[in-house]
Amino acid sequence: MTTVLFYIFALLVACSAIGVAVSRNIVRTAVCLFFTLTGVAGLYFLLNAEFLAAVQLVVYAGGTLILIVFGVMLTNRLPSAGWDVKPWEKTVALGIGAVLASALVASILSLPPRAQPDESGAYPVLELGAALLGDYLLPFELVSVVLLVVMIGAAYLAKGRRRNREAQP
Amino acid sequence: MIVGLHHYLVLAAILLVCGIVTMLIKRNAIGILMGVELILNAANVNLVAFNHYLPADSGIRLDGQIFALFVIVLAAAEAAIALAIILSFYNNFASIDVEKASNLKG
Repeated sequence: MTTVLFYIFALLVACSAIGVAVSRNIVRTAVCLFFTLTGVAGLYFLLNAEFLAAVQLVVYAGGTLILIVFGVMLTNRLPSAGWDVKPWEKTVALGIGAVLASALVASILSLPPRAQPDESGAYPVLELGAALLGDYLLPFELVSVVLLVVMIGAAYLAKGRRRNREAQP
Repeated sequence: MIVGLHHYLVLAAILLVCGIVTMLIKRNAIGILMGVELILNAANVNLVAFNHYLPADSGIRLDGQIFALFVIVLAAAEAAIALAIILSFYNNFASIDVEKASNLKG
């Protein structure tokens, strides 16, 4: 059962990731990215990380991707024809990708097999929370400061943008 | 066939390569941002898979998941800032073609 689910999610993730890479239409790319993120959330479920799967669905597929789609809608008024990269650039990119993929897969397959999963039973959300507020308290608080700075920064950039537009005409 | 660590690592490698190729062959700035998201997801899959399959000796066995959690939060922050910059660029240049962002070219 787990094996079948893994292959379903893996196929979804791999196909939609390739779709992100090869698709020319930016809206279609966003849809492919949504399926990739959802498939990765399913993989987290299979890896006994239910909380992380929920966070992936809510924050990534629900928040970050909506932000990106807003960006697409705000900037998609221009014609995207003639935006293709030059053929030699595409060749170089695919060559880099092929070399990197073969090197990574070769080095992964040379690892010793380690196929016994850690079946520790119940998922310890309790331990996750205790670790976040215990050993990882400082990064946790720093991340909240980072989010505050990001919020102020994004608001500042948006405000500066509007002032610019009024000044230009 | 039992699903092992290798399966997840190969899948993460595919995600990483797709992300890098996306970053290289897109001229749309938002497309490049999507490539970055793919790369971060590849790193997350690796972290969670290692956390699941490698036996831990110490008390805390969730370090990988916590790292992945922080990566997700920082990816959201990065996307927000990147989109603000892209919108500002769009307003100044009326385009999000990264080829046009060459003001600092010597």
